[in-house]
Formats: sequence, structure tokens, C-alpha cells
Amino acid sequence: MNSLTRTVAAALALSAFAVIPSAAQTLLNVSYDPTRELYQEFNAAFARYWKAKTGQTVGIKQSHGGSGAQARAVIEGLDADVVTLALAYDIDAIAQGGLLNAGWQKRLPNNSSPYTSTVVFVVRKGNPKGIKTWSDLGRPGLQIITANPKTSGGARWNYLAAWGAALREPGGSEQKARQFVSELYKKVPVLDSGARGSTITFVQRRIGDVLLAWENEAYLALQESPGQLEIVTPPLSILAEPPVAVVDKVVDRRGTRAAAEAYLQYLYSPEGQEIAAKRHYRPRDPNVAAKYAATFTKLNLFTIDEAFGGWQKAQKTHFADGGVFDQIYRPGTR
Amino acid sequence: MTHAARRRVLPGFGLTMGITVLYLSLVVLIPLATLPATAFTMSWEAFRATISDPRVVASYKLSLGAAFVAAAINAVFGSLVAWTLARYSFPGRRIVDALIDLPFALPTAVAGIVLTTLYAPSGWLGAPLARHGIDVAFTRTGIIVALVFIGLPFVVRTLQPVIEELDPDVEEAATSLGARRMAVLWHVVLPNLLPAWLTGFALAFARAIGEYGSVVFISGNMPMRTEIAPLLIMTKLEQYDYAGATAIALVMLLLSFALLLAINGLQAWTRRRVTG
Repeated sequence: MNSLTRTVAAALALSAFAVIPSAAQTLLNVSYDPTRELYQEFNAAFARYWKAKTGQTVGIKQSHGGSGAQARAVIEGLDADVVTLALAYDIDAIAQGGLLNAGWQKRLPNNSSPYTSTVVFVVRKGNPKGIKTWSDLGRPGLQIITANPKTSGGARWNYLAAWGAALREPGGSEQKARQFVSELYKKVPVLDSGARGSTITFVQRRIGDVLLAWENEAYLALQESPGQLEIVTPPLSILAEPPVAVVDKVVDRRGTRAAAEAYLQYLYSPEGQEIAAKRHYRPRDPNVAAKYAATFTKLNLFTIDEAFGGWQKAQKTHFADGGVFDQIYRPGTR
Repeated sequence: MTHAARRRVLPGFGLTMGITVLYLSLVVLIPLATLPATAFTMSWEAFRATISDPRVVASYKLSLGAAFVAAAINAVFGSLVAWTLARYSFPGRRIVDALIDLPFALPTAVAGIVLTTLYAPSGWLGAPLARHGIDVAFTRTGIIVALVFIGLPFVVRTLQPVIEELDPDVEEAATSLGARRMAVLWHVVLPNLLPAWLTGFALAFARAIGEYGSVVFISGNMPMRTEIAPLLIMTKLEQYDYAGATAIALVMLLLSFALLLAINGLQAWTRRRVTG
């Protein structure tokens, strides 16, 4: 990596900070787009907890952007104490850059994902097309909205949810899954570059019959246009696990390891779980989950490890150049 | 003394030239030199495979083609705007004049979102157009619309001062000598405007080739159809494929440079013809 891209990326990422007045110790949490409100609330809660526990004042800065772009900024020198990204693949890339240990995902409970989400359908009020399950998306004449999995980490989960669901249908096979996903993407009229863009396309431009979205994003969309949309939770979907990690090289250099580790562990505490649940992320803590059971419809969930053998493999098979996703659009297949 | 004879009228050539070279190196040359440096970390076969991928080739064609069409549209209508602003005075002229610069100042993503909202099938302009079977947003037409928007000020701002410099007396003299209107336009006005007009076209074209922010929102990003080259660079970066990304960028850079060089050559030629 050349130092110029490094500087530019760091400068860009810096411009996204929410700056907090100077404090005894500061942490930088580099995160992805939709977690802005979640971490605003959580940071305040953690600062109170840390002050009460150690007497230290800790200020937390947050930076948000596309998950992949944020990971690149960290690799190129943005001093993130912790990263809280949309997919393990992006933190793996930081690990490959040598900034944290390869076994990072084993260091915290639940695959280092303190909260989860899943991929649901957002439809127009009254569900005029009667969409209930993944196989309903195979019906001719539908328009489906999802972002480009090549540029959006969130959209990669959507793609894998569709594939995994088709695989688990009675009589499902790799061949059938491939056909289902190909057909699905041929019904996508607009491949926005990010998940938020897809939501705008569906909600504001009123294009498409169904939007594939993360559950927490779906709730946000509903709040922003009350009375126009509905969430349909399919009986089966993927368990989206957005992971968190302490960036070893950075915390050791800055001497912030204790606070950074406590920060991530506090995400698993009842208070941290409650904040996540309020922001429509599914909590791991069974007590908090029970409290919010009405929000989170029960469904069967499969993990990326079960269905695809992990992110590295999924990325290589499906999203790398020339992979399955690219083949859908190869000339002559349309 | 021979030494004194070579002296310039204005002092400070050594200093300004030094600053020029340093400044150009820091701002343009060194950043651009990192492109081939990064691209050539990959093997020649991999480089060739990357840049000749059908999807990449389609995106080059789209980026260059749409930029050319948009620059051509601006060259025609931008000159009319420049002429109107330079030659006529009308109420609100200053406001119109200030409006021209807005595409310079507006963040391109904002422009992209606004244009998409306007031209989407549910939008103010998109809905009536859709009823006539014309789709703008999420098609190549939409890409051209965005590129016309961001390119307009380049043509207007290059032509406007040149038109203001043109002395209407010359046109009047030609008319009084019996030249018809078209002849005045063709033989008197156009030759004087041509070099600036080409510069405006080249600037608008160059700006449009690399445009990303506004286009990604309106293009729909469909592989093989509405994927611009800068988007493919982004998708490579998303896979941490820096070499692949720079390979695409390098080819874009070379194509643009060759085209701009050709336009500059054309411009020099027309200028020689005009000034005799």
C-alpha cells in the first residue's frame, strides 16, 4: 500500500468523526453506516459505566462509512482502537494487514458478534403481492430491490440469505440455489451501491415490490414512512453477525487496551444488549431477548459458517471477480 | 553581452519555474506515478485479463461514450448560454450567471440524488416521460443527464470571457460590407470562438470521464449496461484488490490523456489558423 492512499483514506475517515471534547482517554470506534445511533447511545452508557468502575473519563469518537471502506481506512493507518463492522470478511482483511491476530473472532463470545440481525422483506402496505417466503420471490413479474453485493457488505448478506434459503428448501441443491439467485437478480431493476441507496430507491422512488433488508434497517424504513410499508419475516433466513474486534497494534501503541476490551465486553452486558435491542438489533442475552420478543419475529436462522463454510469461502465462491454473482450478468445469460 | 541578451524582461524565471515543477510534481505527477507503480505489482497476464474483461471493456465504452455525448450536448447548449449571458442584458441576468457555477459547488452525490428523484419513474419529470415510454433514471440516458449537469459550467465559463472580448463592431463591419448573417457567424464569429470552445469541450469531457458521485445514484449500476468504469474501480477496492483497481484506473488515465492530447492538438491547429 502506498502512503498516499493511506493519508487520503485517513483524512476522509477523519472527516466523518463526531468529535467529543478532550478527555483523559479517547477511543476510536470505526464502524459501518447504520450503527451511528446505536453507538451514540452506547458510548454515553459505556462512559458512565467506565467512570463509575475506574474513575477514568473516557471519550469515544465514532466514524461511520461503508464497511469495506472503513476497513481499508484502518488498514491504511486510521488509528481505530476498536472496529465494529458489517461482516467478518472486512475484519479478516484488517487481520491480514497485520493489525490484529488471525484468531480475533474467537476472543469474544458468539463469534465476536454481540448483536445480530437477519434479512427480512419490506413490502408495500397490505402486502399486495402476497409475499411470504423466499420461494415467493421466484414468481414472475416481481421487482426486487437489493444493493450490489460487490460494493455493499450488507447486500452480501442478502444474497447469501437467498442462496441459503433456496438450499434448504425441500429438494434444494446447489444447482437449484444458483438458479433461484440468478432469477432473483434478474428481477432487480437497480443495483444501488449501498444498502441505504436501495432503501431510498424502494421507499422514496417507489420502485419495486419487495426490498431485501436487514431487520434493523427495515424498522428504520418503517419509522420514516409510517403507514406505507410492512415487514414480512420469512420462515427461514440468515443470521447476520456483524462482528467487533479490538485492533491489537493500535491499542498496544496507544495504551488503550484495557478500555477498548472493556468497551466491547460491555456490549454483551444487559445495558449494552438493551441499547442494541432498542435499535432493532437482535440481542444475544436471553433475558433481553425475551423482553423484546414482540419486536423480533421468531424464525429459523442459519449461519454463514453452516451454509457456506465461512466468509472467506463465501467471498471467494460468490463475490470475487468471475464468481457466481458475476456469472449471473455474463453476456448471453440475460 | 550574450548573458544579458538572454535575460527575460520580467525577473524571477528561475524561482517561478522551480515552484511550478515542484508544485506540479507534488499535486499531479507523484500521485499519478503511484498508479503504474501499484498496477505493475501484478503480472502482465493478470493485468491484461483485468483490463480486457468484457465487463470492464463495457464500462470503458460507457464512460467514454457518455462523457463524449454529454460534452457534445454542453458544447452546443453551453455556447448558447454563454452567448446569451455575454451579449444580452435582461432582468435576472446576474442570478442566471451565478446559477451556472452551482454544479461546481454542489457535492456531486447531492446532484446525483436530486437528479434521480426528479427523473425516477415516480419523479416530477420522470413520470410524464415514463408515460411516453422514455426512461431516464437507471438507464444510460440518466448517466448522460448527470454528466451534462456537472459539465455545463466548464463550457460556459470558458466561452463567456472570449465572447465578451469579441468586438461587435467587427460583426457590424462585416454586415455593412454585405455579409449575410450566416456568413458573419461562420466566417467571423465561429473561428474566433473555436479554440475556447474546444477547451470547454475538453474540460467538460475530462470531468465527465472520471465522474463517480453523481452517476452511481442515477445509473442503476447494472453490469454490462450501466456500470461506469469508476464503479468497477470501487468494486475492486471493496475486494481489497488494489492492483486490479489501479489497472482499470491506469487504462482510463491513458485513454483520457490520449484524447485530451488530441483535443489540445486540434485546438492549437485551429488557433494557428485563426491568428494566421
